[in-house]
Amino acid sequence: MIMGRSPRGPRTSAVLAAGVLTLAATACAPGSSAPPAPSPAKTAASAVRTDAGALGDVTLTVWDQEVRGGQAAQMKQLNAAFEAKYPNIRLKRVSRSFDDLNTTLRLALSGNEPPDVVEANNGRSSMGQFVKAGQLLPLDAYADRYGWKTRYPDSVLRYSRYSADGKVFGDGNLYGLPQVGEVVGVFYNRAKLTKLGLEPPKTWADFQAALEKAKAGGEVPMQLGNLDKWPAIHVFGTVQGRHVPADQISTLAFGRKGASWTTPENVKAVEELVGWVDKGYFEQGFNGQGYDPAWQAFGKGKGVFLIAGTWLLADLDKALGKDLGFMLPPGAAAGAPPVTTGGTGLPFAITAKSPHPDAAAAYIDFITNADAMKVLTSTGNLPVADTAQQTVQAGPQQDVFTAFGAATKENGLVPYLDYATPTFADTLGAALQDLLAKKATPKEFLDTLEKDYKTFAESNG
Amino acid sequence: MGRPPGEPGRVAYLYLLPAFVVYAVFLLYPIGRAVQISLYDWDGLTLGRWVGLDNYAAILSDERLRAGFGHALVLIVFYAVIPLAIGLTLAAILNHAQVRGLGFFRTVVFLPQVVAMVVVAVAWRRVYAPDGTLNALLGALGLDGLTRGWLGDHTFALPAVGVVGTWFESGLVTVLLLAGMSRVPAELYEAARLDGAGAVREFFAVTLPSVRGEIAVALTLTVIAALRTFDLVYVTTRGGPGESTSVPSFEVYHRAFGLGQVGSAAAIGVTLTVVIFAISFAINRLADKGTT
Repeated sequence: MIMGRSPRGPRTSAVLAAGVLTLAATACAPGSSAPPAPSPAKTAASAVRTDAGALGDVTLTVWDQEVRGGQAAQMKQLNAAFEAKYPNIRLKRVSRSFDDLNTTLRLALSGNEPPDVVEANNGRSSMGQFVKAGQLLPLDAYADRYGWKTRYPDSVLRYSRYSADGKVFGDGNLYGLPQVGEVVGVFYNRAKLTKLGLEPPKTWADFQAALEKAKAGGEVPMQLGNLDKWPAIHVFGTVQGRHVPADQISTLAFGRKGASWTTPENVKAVEELVGWVDKGYFEQGFNGQGYDPAWQAFGKGKGVFLIAGTWLLADLDKALGKDLGFMLPPGAAAGAPPVTTGGTGLPFAITAKSPHPDAAAAYIDFITNADAMKVLTSTGNLPVADTAQQTVQAGPQQDVFTAFGAATKENGLVPYLDYATPTFADTLGAALQDLLAKKATPKEFLDTLEKDYKTFAESNG
Repeated sequence: MGRPPGEPGRVAYLYLLPAFVVYAVFLLYPIGRAVQISLYDWDGLTLGRWVGLDNYAAILSDERLRAGFGHALVLIVFYAVIPLAIGLTLAAILNHAQVRGLGFFRTVVFLPQVVAMVVVAVAWRRVYAPDGTLNALLGALGLDGLTRGWLGDHTFALPAVGVVGTWFESGLVTVLLLAGMSRVPAELYEAARLDGAGAVREFFAVTLPSVRGEIAVALTLTVIAALRTFDLVYVTTRGGPGESTSVPSFEVYHRAFGLGQVGSAAAIGVTLTVVIFAISFAINRLADKGTT
């Protein structure tokens, strides 16, 4: 916009300025048009209805982000089956990409007629704030009636739990139910390991020895592209899980009081990770490489290991086929209980203003029940519950199912570190870029994290 | 002061009304509302809490945000100053040389402006990648020592982003200046030549003063583009590595949609608007002073 050159008298400007200011002062406070709903009361299990077929004619509006490949396929299939089973319930589906959903959901929820079922991101700045604003319905009564709490492992359900005021994450009421699981682990190139004369490592020491051997053998030991800021979080989380007790990681990652980033164990983890940079285990310029080009390079046979989440399974399977392997990060000793970063896909939640909570809950149950888990498997997704009961082809997909089943069964999942505080994803991502580029020492790095964590944990009470 | 006869008086404002209503509804009201929101601590969901100027005070004391404004100032060099130098040189040459196919050159130079910034950013991300075009080129020249992951390098990320801006804006500036220069009467150049001025002298004595207005327009446009850079940073670096390419506009988006700090985001937006307004005002003042 080019500014007008026309002479404008000082009086006109003053009038304009006064107008803007008056407007600012007299308009009502932001958020006052949609007064917060009184915190939805907990309903007793006996008060909810599960006979969806007898609820009369209902239209459910569902907002999801299942837009890609296998995700879209399972949603379509399950929705069709639901409408066939309950002809009285009609689904109005609105699906958007993850980013689009994230930016529009906030506005939609504060309106007077929000959708009935929404897929809300678990983190504090999404689900946490919605809970605080009283916009989501606690689902505990439904969970009891439908038996969700027995079918879903506790280490999975806690990612959708908040206290009623939204302050405590990972504990309290249940606000959503996810369909799929995810776990961060180690992808490896079996052919390259064989060529180097190695077996998939069974212990953490073996793993590091394998990295060393790969380096000596002229391979890229570990593929990493950290331009997008967050990918190194998963690598760091994996190393941290070898050194720091799981309960401490959970406390840190849920942003609760009572832990610290500056413990000797954390220092050791950070130093080990920096050691990997020094020893040249990552490719030169990894901070300037994008996430997608990096895993694509791994798919094309560049790199022996890749620390990443199971969401890459389908694409890497296509690229590497039977050369691809996946395992949980090995422990200090062979057979040690698993500890790894993991969680769930976005949970489905019911809005507090929905006039049809019973129908909505029936829908959520339908897309997460035992049959739904089979549909999820057949469409190439990783079902979050009953994972061990699914039959899949031997190979990388089976590796992933076994790994996730083992991790959830032994409650070995630790939360994503960026859940800790609303700003932590940014703080940690930027700090890791600094650390890995040697712009910050391990101590400076941990002090930065400690400051963000402590500030939040103290003020959050 | 007497009014010319037959000239309508206050009724003229009535004619302005429709345009003003549109302007007020779509521009003045949102601005006023943004100013208002910036005075609240608001998460976009619950009732906002009045905090007065606290959000603005926080901007001043937030080291990271100050750094962001600093980066935006560095980007002005790449978006406005360098393109102006390039544009002046190119336009002076093109204007004088009577090149065949001037239209073709103009189109080529202007082309980056036609492409959406997101597309530009994705393309440059590949150019700057560790295995990208730039490093391949350097390697081919035997300069392997210089190769790096450009966007992930703490020293070079900001200049690398800036160079994209230079590439993007130079064409616009060139075409603007070319239009201005083509209006300079040939007699002026002739007179300068008769007085014994060389090409350089001629440029500073005749060309430069004649395109003062165009320079002001070009600077205004490019400086604004530099200060509100968002898409380029969003796609290429997301403010990284570390915080070395964070800019205010990105912070507005991040706070409003990522963190739910809508009040603080509005305060940054308002501050940015004021800064842009002040700088554009200064540029136009300086240019006007020269011509009158």
